[in-house]
Amino acid sequence: MTSLPDHTEKKLGLVIDLDTCVGCHACATSCKEWNAGGYSAPLTDQDAHGSDPHGAWLNRVHSYEVGAGPQSRTVHFPRSCLHCETPACVTVCPTGASYKRAEDGIVLVNPDTCIGCKLCSWACPYGAREYDYDDGVMKKCTLCVDRIYNETIEPVDRVPACVRACPTGARHFGDLGDPDSAVSRLVKEREGFDLLPEMGYGPVNKYLPPRPRRDESSKPAWSAKEQPAAPDPSSLADRLFAWADKTLTR
Amino acid sequence: MHPAYSVIAFTTASGAGYGLLIALAVAAGFNLVPRTPTFGFVGLGLALALITVGLLASTAHLGRPERAWRALSQWRSSWLSREGIAALVTYLPAGALGLGWVFGEAVPGQIVTAAWLSAPCALATIWCTAMIYGSLPTIRAWNQPLVAPVYLVLALATGSVLLTFLLTAFGYEARWAAAASLLALAGGWILKSRYWLVIDTAKKTYTAEAATGLGRFGAVRPLDPPHTQPNFVMREMGYQVARRHAEKLRRLSAVTLFAVPIAAGILLLLLQLLLQFLLLNLPNFIQIALAALAVLSAAVGVLIERWLFFAEAEHVVVLYYRGGTV
Repeated sequence: MTSLPDHTEKKLGLVIDLDTCVGCHACATSCKEWNAGGYSAPLTDQDAHGSDPHGAWLNRVHSYEVGAGPQSRTVHFPRSCLHCETPACVTVCPTGASYKRAEDGIVLVNPDTCIGCKLCSWACPYGAREYDYDDGVMKKCTLCVDRIYNETIEPVDRVPACVRACPTGARHFGDLGDPDSAVSRLVKEREGFDLLPEMGYGPVNKYLPPRPRRDESSKPAWSAKEQPAAPDPSSLADRLFAWADKTLTR
Repeated sequence: MHPAYSVIAFTTASGAGYGLLIALAVAAGFNLVPRTPTFGFVGLGLALALITVGLLASTAHLGRPERAWRALSQWRSSWLSREGIAALVTYLPAGALGLGWVFGEAVPGQIVTAAWLSAPCALATIWCTAMIYGSLPTIRAWNQPLVAPVYLVLALATGSVLLTFLLTAFGYEARWAAAASLLALAGGWILKSRYWLVIDTAKKTYTAEAATGLGRFGAVRPLDPPHTQPNFVMREMGYQVARRHAEKLRRLSAVTLFAVPIAAGILLLLLQLLLQFLLLNLPNFIQIALAALAVLSAAVGVLIERWLFFAEAEHVVVLYYRGGTV
């Protein structure tokens, strides 16, 4: 049923810290690894060993240059489904394969009823949905619905694979509908924000902004003297090293 | 947006088919065409064939066409679902109209009743098709109030050009159909020109800074892409057509879809009036040639117009990949 629930008991989602993300893509690769075998299986690739390798991934990490001058910075930006409160990807679905769960707000695709019309991907401003060219259906972040309630795995693993894999702790998982949850407090404390709030989709996932940079204006400017010196032909030691290098490479 | 041939074929063929169905239904409703079985068979046969070919072409866009029947369930929220239902419902009065016209009425008033039911059903189907695109806030060029009226008037224009050709080919009175096609073509030209002006001048409101929420730190420039080869999102939503090419194609589409069929229609009407004044008959092959020219030219034109409708539409998601504004 693609009509949206009036209310969801929980709003499960992710909080992504753009300050500490180092752009290592561990979240993206661990997502692909888990989901190629779980709810989203198969999560296929095309031309994997050819000249045009591509495939369905549920998490993508962009890197941006932001600002100019001394305050400019590189920001790594993981992008996945935001599990919106009013997701148009669900309401445009003609078959009812796309749905938002009333119990926890997770947006899912039923792979058995999806017809692969791709309209949901057109309706999503965040590029969260990818078509699986081999499976013929749409794939998207499931918030690892097959991990977070999974009693056969260790409690510490009952979080989305991306959260578990992040080496810098830049990804947090929890109930953003509960104002007292750890993730809600984090969002409040760090002034977390929505992506494209003006589109009106009500994204549940939040992003934490990079912290202000340290003021480095009093630090002496970087000097060329700190560079290792070029070999000096008049120095006996440098000539010895040059001779050794030549001899050894013969 | 990637201009998929299946969707271009679907919207243009079914558009012309529903347009022809509406024109035939109005003609039958007002008793403007002879109710000969052959004409009914060819006319409604062509309309239903175009509609059916178009709908079948649309299933080629699906990853799982064998599940297409499931698309009929979500009419409460989905324009695509509504389109599927409207398309199927339209077959009922259109079928009754065709059967009555070709084999004779099973119940008195069958043709007129079915005709007056077919037209609104066909109109609703075209409207639903257009709203699949018009309802998406992620694509500025589509989320415009002119999109659905343009789809509607282009369906009527291509359908009435087809009817004019059929009537002349059968040697029937075609002046009213030619006049109606001129009206629809002129209306289409005005609306489409207005649409192009609107999408060229509408303000680009979405930026990479808003998409990433990083605008507070300054301009946002993509540095490293998430993947080396284009993924589905870029293949589907990242299609780009050069501005120069788009302008040329717009002109070509305006000439072939509007100017040539309008000129052919006016020439057809003027020649008939002139020869009537001189008490001569216009040889039928000249009329057929003019009407056929209008059909062929409009077909080329509407295909280019529809290709551009997709190719020129920019999706918000490209901001994450290319930066800039949309």
